[in-house]
Amino acid sequence: MALLLNEEQSMLRDSARAFLRDNAPVAQLRQLRDSQDPAGFAGPTWSAFAELGFAGVAVPEAHGGTGLGAVEIGVLMEQIGRHLSALPFLSSGVVAARLLQLAGSPEQQAQWLPRLARGEAIATLAVDEGPKHRPQAIALRADAHAGGWKLSGTKTFVPDGHVASLLLVAARAGDGVAIFAVPREAAGVQVQRTVMADAHNAAQVLLLDVALPAEARLPGDGATALQQSLDFGRAAVAAELLGIADEVFERTLDYLKQRKQFGKLIGEFQALQHRAATLFVDIELARAALAKALHALDSAPKQAAEAVAIAKAKCGSAATLAVQESVQMHGGMGMTDQLDFGLFMKRARVLQELYGDSGYHMDRLARLRRY
Amino acid sequence: MDDTTTLEGFRAETRAWLEANCPPEMRQPLRGEEDYCWGGRRASFQSEAQRLWLQRLGERGWTVPTWPREYGGGGLSPAEAALLQQELRALGCRPALWSFGIWMLGPALLKFGNEAQKREHLPKIARGEIRWCQGYSEPNAGSDLASLATRAEDRGDHYLVNGQKIWTSYADQADWIFCLVRTDSAAKKHTGISFVLFDMASPGVSTKLITLISGKSPFCETFFDNVRVEKHNLVGQPGGGWDVAKYLLTHEREMIGAIGERTQSQPLGAMAAQSLGRDASGRLDDPVLRARIAEFEVDEAAFRALMQRFGEQARAKQAHGAFSSALKYYGAELNKRRQELIISALGSGALESDAVAARDWLRSKANSIEGGTSEVQLNVIAKRILELPGA
Repeated sequence: MALLLNEEQSMLRDSARAFLRDNAPVAQLRQLRDSQDPAGFAGPTWSAFAELGFAGVAVPEAHGGTGLGAVEIGVLMEQIGRHLSALPFLSSGVVAARLLQLAGSPEQQAQWLPRLARGEAIATLAVDEGPKHRPQAIALRADAHAGGWKLSGTKTFVPDGHVASLLLVAARAGDGVAIFAVPREAAGVQVQRTVMADAHNAAQVLLLDVALPAEARLPGDGATALQQSLDFGRAAVAAELLGIADEVFERTLDYLKQRKQFGKLIGEFQALQHRAATLFVDIELARAALAKALHALDSAPKQAAEAVAIAKAKCGSAATLAVQESVQMHGGMGMTDQLDFGLFMKRARVLQELYGDSGYHMDRLARLRRY
Repeated sequence: MDDTTTLEGFRAETRAWLEANCPPEMRQPLRGEEDYCWGGRRASFQSEAQRLWLQRLGERGWTVPTWPREYGGGGLSPAEAALLQQELRALGCRPALWSFGIWMLGPALLKFGNEAQKREHLPKIARGEIRWCQGYSEPNAGSDLASLATRAEDRGDHYLVNGQKIWTSYADQADWIFCLVRTDSAAKKHTGISFVLFDMASPGVSTKLITLISGKSPFCETFFDNVRVEKHNLVGQPGGGWDVAKYLLTHEREMIGAIGERTQSQPLGAMAAQSLGRDASGRLDDPVLRARIAEFEVDEAAFRALMQRFGEQARAKQAHGAFSSALKYYGAELNKRRQELIISALGSGALESDAVAARDWLRSKANSIEGGTSEVQLNVIAKRILELPGA
């Protein structure tokens, strides 16, 4: 039963759902947004999330995590999507933790992974440099300098960059790509928070001749580790998108069964029925594509690129359709900030861009299939 | 542990049997519809190998691996049947039999037929001795199938059937028909319908081929003029035909939904690159078509994953009864997109009047009409899955 959840995974889903509903619902995101909270997430919620073992779900047991896999990451991310929970799980617990596991030295792993799993530190990957995700065209330079390295350049759209104590910076070193562990407080690092439309956190990171010791460079092959950890991140983002699609679709279906116009429930109109049915099929396709990708990441991560590209592309387009239909079918009320649909729409739009939009991943599929 | 050992033993036996019994010619890839074997009283076999393969597989019950042995099936468990499928695929064995009896009537008879009907008809379906056709649609009952008007008048020991069916695939070549008829014209439209079986050689049955936009087609008009149908050939209860019909349609929808899967050969992107060439960076030399193909291939892969997931749900008894409508809807639309893209990839050469690609392209337009239109499937999803009001 590769594409269905087993009993433990279903229990994980139920407990994550209950926890996030009670502790990190959409109302919390509103409150963080309206109070212009400097962290952008609720510290106590994040600590409680970590205490339940969620933050370290993908960290090996030897480093204090629960040592589970991509399917479990997907289970958590779907629930995060349903509740629009603002938590640094994706940046720190998924992508950065994966990258450290794949390419970090034993010392780096021992230093950081347990703290990430306990939610005591936040790490994040800094990869993008321009308006679109182009990991194959990294320009930020790492030059050999005094027995170590000197990094110069700019990174944008760094998730949770303003609250991370560790930046994993993808840089061009010689002919290849290397990953550097850059402490937030290193001299020459400037981090500027960019408040995004979705009220989640991102940052611009400026590196001005940042001098680092030789061991700051993660010893594993940078390009490979970057792609593989990005693939975990992409699948996780796809899961968050699916959670958003599920949530807004459920709410919209309820509305179609309550709202009356022309003396009828609007759900009786075939024009809306067919659109709802089409959207249902699209979401089911996205769910299956995602399950396939998560399964591939667990069973053969090096061969998972195609499945992940398909899942990110499909979940992106299905969620985009879902949030758009949710606003349209709620009419004027859908446009109000009082209802949550705008928040879901903004989050979905940001997640489309994060780690490559649907177009990027369609192109990637074509490249992988050599046409 | 024990199960695994038994299954591995079954795999080894199966492989050995297939090696010994599947003729080498029957391990060549299918070239097209001309290689299909439909069986029947008037079966014309392309080769002795084709006849032998059907005979051997049929005797073992492996044309219908999961049907009970007493009805000519293989009596295999779902796990064994899945293994058999894997082994057939591994050896490249062609399907021995194409059959509406297997895909559509058989499952309905197993569920609704009485003991005598199962013993009479199922073994002949399994061995490919009788070829069946489906009498559902009528000129005035297409999407609104339940408004069908073909009458079956009660004449004591038999019914007298009068009326007309349309879109009857292979009616001109079929031996028997399973047919929806109205046995009670006073009842509400869904409750006056019965499901009957009769011999196409009966006096009063005639057929006429229909020419489609794709050229030749298997579709017929089928006429019934005072056809005598014995009462023991009614399946289920009199007036209970709609339940049988719906059950059977579920199987048909899954089958049409899977059409692209069965017939798909080369991936589209590779086909287009071969036809149109690549630019200096190795990309398909038509950027807009490349993007459309990539978008299609994402949806195609997602659909394949959806079918796999649906299969797992069905085995775990978690599948929604109406989900086959979702598969039918999307599979049909996807296949139409595929055929449009194939023409775009092959260009004008594909549009020569006798080109296979052109025929397939035109034929695919029926995918979203036959077995319930896409619009009807969306209605079913809205009503039965989404539970929208008044649908």
